[in-house]
Formats: sequence, C-alpha cells, structure tokens
Amino acid sequence: MTATTAPVNTSLGAYAARRERRKTIAYGIFFLLVALAIALLFVRNSAPGMESTFKLNPTTKEKVVPLGDLVLPTQAALIVLAGIVSVIGLYQLVKGFKRAVIVLGIVALLFVFAFLIWAVRGKSINLLGILTFTVAAATPIAFGAMSGVMCERSGVVNIAIEGMMLTGAMVAVVFASISGSLWLGLLGAVISAGLLGVFLAVLAIHFRVDQIIAGTAINIFALGITSFISQRFLQPTPALNSGGVFAKIAIPWLSQIPIIGPVFFNQSIIIYILFATVIAIHFMLFYTRWGLRTRAVGEHPRAADTLGVNVFKIRYINVIIGGMIAGVGGAYFTIGSVGRFDEAITAGKGFIGLAAMIFGRWTPLGAYGASLIFGFSDALQARLQVLGKTQVPIPSEWLLILPYLVTMIVLAGVVGKTVAPAADGKPYIKD
Amino acid sequence: MAPVLELRNITKQFPGVLANDHINLTLEEGEIHALLGENGAGKSTLMNILYGLYSPDEGEILIHGQATKISGPTDAIRQGIGMVHQHFMLVPVLTVAENVMLGEESTRGLVLDRKKVAAKIRDLSQRHGLEVDPDIKVENLSVGVRQRVEIIKVLYRSANILILDEPTAVLTPQEADDLFGILRSLRDQGVSIIFISHKLREVLDLADRVTVIRRGRVVGEMQTAGASQAMLAELMVGRQVALTVDKETATAGETVLSFENLKVLDNRLHVAVDDASLEVRAGEILGVAGVQGNGQTELVEALTGLRTVQDGKVFIAGQDVTNASPRKITECGVSHIPEDRQEDGLVLSFPIYDNLIINTYYRPPFAKGMVVNEKAIVGQADGLIEEFDIRTPSAAVPVSNLSGGNQQKVIVARELNRPIKLLIANQPTRGLDVGSIEFIHQQLVHKRDEGAAVLLVSAELDEIMGLADRIAVIFKGKFTAVVDADEVSKEQVGLMMAGNSLEEALANAPKRTSKERDIVT
Repeated sequence: MTATTAPVNTSLGAYAARRERRKTIAYGIFFLLVALAIALLFVRNSAPGMESTFKLNPTTKEKVVPLGDLVLPTQAALIVLAGIVSVIGLYQLVKGFKRAVIVLGIVALLFVFAFLIWAVRGKSINLLGILTFTVAAATPIAFGAMSGVMCERSGVVNIAIEGMMLTGAMVAVVFASISGSLWLGLLGAVISAGLLGVFLAVLAIHFRVDQIIAGTAINIFALGITSFISQRFLQPTPALNSGGVFAKIAIPWLSQIPIIGPVFFNQSIIIYILFATVIAIHFMLFYTRWGLRTRAVGEHPRAADTLGVNVFKIRYINVIIGGMIAGVGGAYFTIGSVGRFDEAITAGKGFIGLAAMIFGRWTPLGAYGASLIFGFSDALQARLQVLGKTQVPIPSEWLLILPYLVTMIVLAGVVGKTVAPAADGKPYIKD
Repeated sequence: MAPVLELRNITKQFPGVLANDHINLTLEEGEIHALLGENGAGKSTLMNILYGLYSPDEGEILIHGQATKISGPTDAIRQGIGMVHQHFMLVPVLTVAENVMLGEESTRGLVLDRKKVAAKIRDLSQRHGLEVDPDIKVENLSVGVRQRVEIIKVLYRSANILILDEPTAVLTPQEADDLFGILRSLRDQGVSIIFISHKLREVLDLADRVTVIRRGRVVGEMQTAGASQAMLAELMVGRQVALTVDKETATAGETVLSFENLKVLDNRLHVAVDDASLEVRAGEILGVAGVQGNGQTELVEALTGLRTVQDGKVFIAGQDVTNASPRKITECGVSHIPEDRQEDGLVLSFPIYDNLIINTYYRPPFAKGMVVNEKAIVGQADGLIEEFDIRTPSAAVPVSNLSGGNQQKVIVARELNRPIKLLIANQPTRGLDVGSIEFIHQQLVHKRDEGAAVLLVSAELDEIMGLADRIAVIFKGKFTAVVDADEVSKEQVGLMMAGNSLEEALANAPKRTSKERDIVT
C-alpha cells in the first residue's frame, strides 16, 4: 500500500502529486490496452479489401438534405483507430492529459466505433437508424431520470419510478382506447402516476417510512395490479388495449438538418415533451426561487426551515411532479411507441433511469446525456442482432444484456464518487 | 422608552421537565445581553420560543412595548428577530449569495437576481466589517467566515434583534476576538444582541448585562461591570465551583506513548498528519492545541487503531502498535475518550450498562463462555453510576435519553474504571456545562497523578492552558512547537495555532503572567 522507498519527509504537495501520477499512469495503461483490444479483436478478424458501409439517410421518404454513404475500408480504418488510441495512451503515460476522464470518454467512443466498423465488415448498416432509435430508446429512461432528479433534489429517494411508469403505460392505453383521444390517454397516465407520487410522498414525508421500502411497495403494487388488469380485462377485450400511437411530427426547418434533423426533430410529440421537460427542470433548478429552495431542502432541510421555507410543501410538490413526469414516460411505452400494453412492459427502464440520474450527477442535462448512452447501447443491441451470428459471433442473449451491463459498469466504475444531495433519503423531522 | 424586547413570565412544560419557569428578560436597544446557563438550563428552549419554533404555555412577548405572538421563523424574521444557530444553518454546496437570499429571494420575473443580492451583501460587508465574497461556495469557507455569513443572513433581513447561540464554540481565539469586534460595532449602530453562552470569561468580556438561568428559572440579572466569574459560576451551577484546576507540578516518568514520523490520511485521502513525532511520559498531561481540522481527529484515530497509519511508527509502553487493532491497543492499557461521543463513543440505543462494557464484554466476569453474565454487567453499572455521579433513574435507560454531560460521564466511567497506562482524550469537555467540565478535569488530573500518561487534544485553549504540563501545537498536520506549559502565554499559543512559528509567537505576543492558569471555563 505504501511505497517503502518514499522519503520520510513527504510534504503535502509531493504526496498528492505522487497519487496523481499513479492515476495518470493507470489511465495510460488502460488506453493502451484498449488499443491492443482493437488490434487483437477487430483488426485480426478482418481482411483487407473489406468495406464497412454506414448509411446516413433516413429509410423513409422524408425531405432531408441527402448525404452520401460513409464507406470505410474496414481493416485500414481499424488500424487507424488502434493507432489513434495508442497515441492517446502513450501521451497519457508520458505527459498526462489535464482531464483524463473526458479522454476516457473519447477512448470509449473510439472503441465503440471500431467495434461497429468491424461488425458491419463487408456489409452496410443504417447509422441514422441506430441514432434515431437511440433517441427513442433513451426517452423512457430520461423521463425516469427526470422524475428522479425532481424527487431526489428535494431529498426524497424515488425508487418507485418503475411502478409509476408501468401504471402510466397501462392507464394511457386504456384511457386512449375508451375515449378515442391520445391526449386524454396521456392525461390519464400523468394523473395516475401523479397519484402514486402522492402516495409515496405521504409515506415518505408524512409517515417517514423508509423510502426504499415505500418505493419497493409501490413497484410491487403496480406490477401486480397492472398484470391483473391486463389478464382479466385487456386480454379478453382487445378494444381496451388499442389506443393508437402519437404520429411523428417533423418540425419545420429543424428536421431538415442532416443527421440531427431526422434523429431529434422528426419524432413523437412525447419526445418533444421530454426535451421541454429537461430544459424546464434545468431552468427551474438553477435559476428560480423554487429551484434554490428545492436544492436547499435536499441538502440541509433544517437550514431552509429556519429561514421560513416550508420543507414539507417543497418535498410534496416535487415528489408529485416527479410522479407525473414518470407517468409521461410510462405513456411513451404504449401510446408513444407500440400502441398496446403488455405485462411488465417497462422492463426495468425506470431503474435504468435512476442510474442515468446518478451518472448525470443529479443534473437534468447530465442525466439526459446518460440516458442517451443507455439508449445507444439498447439500439446497438437491436441492430447487432439483425446483422446476424456470422457477423457478430456473440449469442443474442448476451447482446440483450448489453444495456444492463452498461448500467452496471457505469455505476460501479466510471461514475466513482458522485455526491448525492446531502439529505437525500432522510426524512425531515421538525422538532 | 420601551425596551426592544421583553419576555414576561415565559413558561414551557415538556413531558417530565419544566424547561422554562416564569422567565423574565428585557433587552434594551443597543445592548449586548448575555444569557448564561448550564446545558439543559433552558436557554435553548427560551430562544426557540422567541424564534417561533415553540409556543409558550404561558407568558407574553413584547416587541417595542407591543404584545405579540410569534408563530414561526418567518414571523420572527418579519418582526426583526434574527438567529445565528450554534450549528450553522448554511447549505455547503450553495454560494454565499444563495444562502443569504434563501427564503427571501430577489427575483426579476422568474429568475433569481443574484447580482442584486451580491451587491447588497457587499454593502453589508463593508458597513459592518464582515468581509466575504458573495459568489464563493460556502463549503470552501473557513468556520470563522461561515459565521460571518450567518450574521449577514440576519442583517440582510434587516433584523434589529440578533440572537447568537454559543457562537464561539467553533472559533479560534483570534476568530472569537474578531467576532466580538463585529458584535460591538453592531451594538454601537443600534442592533440589540442576545448572546447565549456558558463561558464566563466571554460573558464578562463582551456583554453589558447578563441574565443567569438555572433549571428553567432566572436566578440573577446584573450589569457585567460589577460581576465576577466566581459569582456568575456560583449562580449558574448553584454551588461554589472550582474554576481553577487544583494540581501539583507533574512528576514525569518514563515514556509511555511515542510516535515517529507519523503520516495519516483523512477521508478524502489528503495528508492530515504529516511527519509528526511526539513523546508522552507517565505522570504528565500533554496538551495538543490546535484549531479544529488540523489533523487532530486523524492523529487520535491513528493512535487508537481506528485509522491506517501510512508511514511511521507508534509505540505504547515500548511495544510497536503501528496499525494494531483497537482491541490490542486497549489491552495495552490505553483508554480513549473520543471526540464525538454520540458517533464514536456510545451506542445510543443501548442501555447504560451495555455501553459500560462495550470494550470489555468478552472478558470475565462479563462473559461466561459464549454467554454474557447479565448480573455482573448490571452490578458493575450500578457501582459506576454511583461512583461517577451519572444522573439517571436506572442503569437500563438508553444513553440517548441522557444529557450530554451524563453521556460523557458514561464514557469516562467506562474508560477510567480500570488501571491504565495511557489516556487519550479528544475534546473531552466539548459542549459540556461548568459542573461536568469540572468533574472531567478532575478525573484527568487524577489519572495523571496515578501515573498514567495523558494525551489531551482540545480546541479550547483555556482547557489546554489550565490542564497541560506540556503543550504541542498542531497546525496543518504538523507539530509546530512542543513547549513547557509554564513558558508560554495563551496569546502566544494562540498565534502558533494560527500558523506562526514559536519564535514569531514569542516575539509578537505578551509574555506569560502568573495568573494564566486560573481560568478554565
């Protein structure tokens, strides 16, 4: 643990510098290993003359400024990538980057790119399709993350996001089917998940029930009741389970920008609601009175209380709004994408949303960025399966766990020490 | 003219305790009025009533002669009452400006007007000598500056009645002097101040008038001009109190504890103790003086086996105990009174008798093979409660129900009831009242006289000056000086605590006078 050769009289600065140096070297070695992996796994398993084609135009007939396909000579491109990563590694080893974590992100990106080039060797893949699917797959995760940001910034851990989304998903489709209006379906989802938010708030804030247990109870309840209603009513009466789907809306001008246009601005209205939500929470949290009070209450409720801030009111409102946001995310599963409800349709996306919130350091923008990473791994997994076993000799079961694997690696490794709001999960007791 | 504030017959009953019993208090405009009393005397209850956190069962509050009801903090603030709490009410991750405006935000439309608040803070800083940068995060500020932020918070709300609850508990002597200067200047500008304290010297030094309360009742009210420490102490405790520690000159024996080139990291893995060496001999009290957060916590944890030693060696009675387990160190004859009694010293939900055997439970007579011997455990507890004067209805009471002073006595009883070679006491009297302090000081001296080596770590300079035979000053993890206590004055040690070298301190502060040892409260 300690270097015995260290001089006895180590000054504070020198010691810190030595620790820094050790970290720098560790990063450098890791980058070189990545370069080696690219060489051994991908370069070796490709042949000269092969090409990897990435299509950059949408498959549907939308008006976009057309782009040529990106065609790369597989082996040469991989060698170049391995080279770039080893140069980065060597520089890190010798001199060291100022912000190694960002470089780590870049290296990870390059590795993924190398993997893609290798996976589509001799074939073509629609990159735009992957990216569009990424945004779609990230949407419910991001709603979950936003719900988490709202609750946890005010000091209440909301592990019930999954259950809230599941409830919202079912209520949305049932309301839409009965009323014939997708908007009423969305409203139903918001209200039902908001009510679960009320329930969580009462348990966590008023009765000071352990917040993990309260959240778990809500999750179990939501899973049970939605499965019951699904089996008992939705399956025998399909008319209750066919609410339709929000149509894609192309935003004028913006949707015609190459790549960004079709990926971000030709999507369902619910995805636009997400963009508005992310920006609104960011603005609210950091620029308004409400945000200042929310952050204060999440960090040091007693301090806020002594200045006349009503801790309970702030927490109630934030948790209920958090529930409503999760409801919109739930609606996306049904009336935002497939149009029908199936048991446990949310498939853990609420929990991944929580991971995205942590990865994004409890900030709305960061959490959305993290959601996109999880969405990308989801999209990648789907496309790789389509490419087939000969291209990617990894069993499809393994590919399916990719998004969850990414979640675990991110939470355990990359995130490291993030600082949650200091009073997160602690009930406030006014004496 | 009517007084700024008048409390009449304030009474508050809690289950089993009459916390305030018909208390009267008047605060004149532009005076500093000290509220003096032991812990649990009812000072905090009274101030919480004034700040609207409790409502009194009886009695009335008059502000500028008008009877008024205070229904909560917002109401108190609106009526011009501001409070600086003992534990700072600041949000570390927010900036100074954000902390100051919280609850009373300036906005332009929806958006917080940080610039306007910052300008107002700068204005207040300048007018009252409270220098602070409004845009810096509070977590990056020293304790002294944080307190300035608390005062600015109160002034920002245009309070003219300022309540300070034990404001010097966390300050260095120099910071306390600065604070007193600020408070005097505020008084001269017409602010009326209630100063809560149990430190006699401060009360006499700063306040114009003092009200003493004991067990919920006012037992005296006087001008400080005619008062003496002995008189106030007697009023406060209800009996004569020894303000001086009665002790003979030390007769130091052989070295019991020694450590060399010790290096220890803090929780953030920064170096907290840096190349520190020291020897403590049998029969002496070695006082480690230093402002909180200069590595004392980590040093004590390393010596008691609670924190990894990175470099260097620790010897106790000649035995190498570097990175030994806490139990091994305990069995070498070491007692430890930890800094945070509730966090590290006690299991709060356990009864007294279990807390008393928490480091000896595995030995007979408390253990009989695999089972515990309840009879022996409870029997010992009854004896120790008697011997150490722990005030409790029974040994089965959870320690969480005891007052701070009695909790500390439980720890002292556990640690000192066996023969020991070394006592390591970290802030043993923090937050305690005069009576308990007196008791614990006597115990420390008693152990010294029995021949134990005592390492006393304290942020209270008075305590170090009163008890220590030798003084080691710690600054940023290094011992800057180790001197005989008789050779230095309090001011000189104060300067060294702030980072000056021994030579600078000796040159720039008044020399020791013969009365230096007199006062320890």
